[in-house]
Amino acid sequence: MQLEAKDIGFRYGDGPWLFQGVNITLEPGEIVGITGPSGRGKTTFCRILAGFESPIEGAVHMNGAPLQKNGYHPVQMVLQHPEKAINPRWKLHQILNEGYQPDQELLNLLGIEQEWLTRWPHELSGGELQRFCVARALGPNTRFLIADEMTTMLDANTQAQIWHAIMEIAKKREMGILVVTHESKLMQRLCHRVINFNEFD
Amino acid sequence: MSILEVENLSVSFKSYTDGFKEINHKVISSLSVALEAGEILAVVGASGSGKSLLAHAILGILPSNASISGSIKYKDEELTAARLATLRGKELALVPQSVNFLDPLMRVGSQVRTAANGGDAVSAQRKVFERYHLGKEVENMYPFQLSGGMARRTLLSTAMVSGAKVIIADEPTPGLDPVVIKEALSNFREFADNGCAVMLITHDIESALQIADKIAVFYAGTTVEIASVKDFVGKGEAIRHPYTKALWRALPQNEFIPIPGSQPHPSSLPSGCLFAPRCEMATPECEQAQPEMRELRDGMVRCIHAT
Ligand SMILES: Nc1ncnc2c1ncn2[C@@H]1O[C@H](COP(=O)(O)OP(=O)(O)OP(=O)(O)O)[C@@H](O)[C@H]1O
Ligand code: SF4
Ligand SMILES: [Mg+2]
Repeated sequence: MQLEAKDIGFRYGDGPWLFQGVNITLEPGEIVGITGPSGRGKTTFCRILAGFESPIEGAVHMNGAPLQKNGYHPVQMVLQHPEKAINPRWKLHQILNEGYQPDQELLNLLGIEQEWLTRWPHELSGGELQRFCVARALGPNTRFLIADEMTTMLDANTQAQIWHAIMEIAKKREMGILVVTHESKLMQRLCHRVINFNEFD
Repeated sequence: MSILEVENLSVSFKSYTDGFKEINHKVISSLSVALEAGEILAVVGASGSGKSLLAHAILGILPSNASISGSIKYKDEELTAARLATLRGKELALVPQSVNFLDPLMRVGSQVRTAANGGDAVSAQRKVFERYHLGKEVENMYPFQLSGGMARRTLLSTAMVSGAKVIIADEPTPGLDPVVIKEALSNFREFADNGCAVMLITHDIESALQIADKIAVFYAGTTVEIASVKDFVGKGEAIRHPYTKALWRALPQNEFIPIPGSQPHPSSLPSGCLFAPRCEMATPECEQAQPEMRELRDGMVRCIHAT
């Protein structure tokens, strides 16, 4: 499966274009980085790929055809702020199992403790919460993962653990990954190639 | 003299099992740190090791089901609830980790102005926004209209205009541009150089090394090492604690190799050294009792075998 962003342009209302003519192709198993200053639309672009937002111009294709509107979205996104991505009134087991039932192996890979499942989101640290968002995004039908500053909230050891786990999963399932991070050293470690978002103005 | 001194702090949460058995989660134990005027102390360490809770304990904003013991002194006097009520937001400011701390119903410009103490609040707000590259239109926006990085810069602005003597910044930089990170960090440095103190809680060790004076490393609710930033070089030979060494090795610019396992859970802490279950250097002696912090080569370490 190939993910293709074709000539994507976006703006809010009739404000200025955030970006126009963005063309990106992601092959299965490919790990690609995006860099560029914040507030210029990297996250918005990711939201378009993941189907949370519709582009004003252009289209997102999967295997040459437009993405289906209903059903499980094959492009899943993990955001920078876990506290904004989850329902604060749900306990964590509910949050975790919303889309599918992650198996124990995945929970171990991500270091998710059994005991956390009975807690409320505000009772976990930022980094602990983020692991739930990662687990939730790694459903069996996820073909592409978008990691928007996904591990910035984690200590270096956990960051390395989670990335090693995700790379293993990506390899096994031929899952493609789009990495957005300001940390150039991490980018160099992970990505096969890096795209500069600045080029699309 | 330390401007802020935390001594032997413990924080625990009570919770109940299905059988109504009460369990105590000790999330911070025998923790001591001090902030000196003119200095930046970086706090790094495991996710979930109690860094944010320490910040919340200092500012007196822990949830009501938390119980706390030990002492927190500001300018040599115990920080009581009454004292905190007059100092919070004025002499002691927090840059919170969660962007949920912004008031969703108030324009962000007004939020920053409300935080300004003395002087012209409007011009203070505009100046700090300019410094953090927040456009003129941003002051009229509501939090939901901000990108993650913009929200974080707003939180930073709030602390910067407060005129505080002590700033506790909890992960102030994730998701910001290198340019803005640099700006914020040099802001902290200036702030310290003017005789104030900064506690910079961060996972970004590289940034911390650029501006901090000392680094405190947290693991499982307590400090395992306090070291000068100068010790973080090369393969980490000058670093004292095995956990700090592991953290250093795991950085993408170093080896990117993590050690396996995770931090012990607060409800089942090992009786001896909290790092023993993951430590390659552990001996039976390490499991006897939790090591005390001790001085070693101009720093502090909580490990009996460190040299
Ligand atoms: N209200 C609460 N009730 C019970 N446990 C809590 C509560 N708040 C936090 N904890 C626990 O206390 C520990 C420390 O949390 P804290 O938020 O201080 O971590 P942290 O070091 O800031 O982590 P991070 O780097 O991920 O932000 C964690 O194990 C967390 O699950
Ligand atoms: S006291 Fe023992 S177990 Fe603990 S860090 Fe030192 S060597 Fe490792
Ligand atoms: Mg925290």
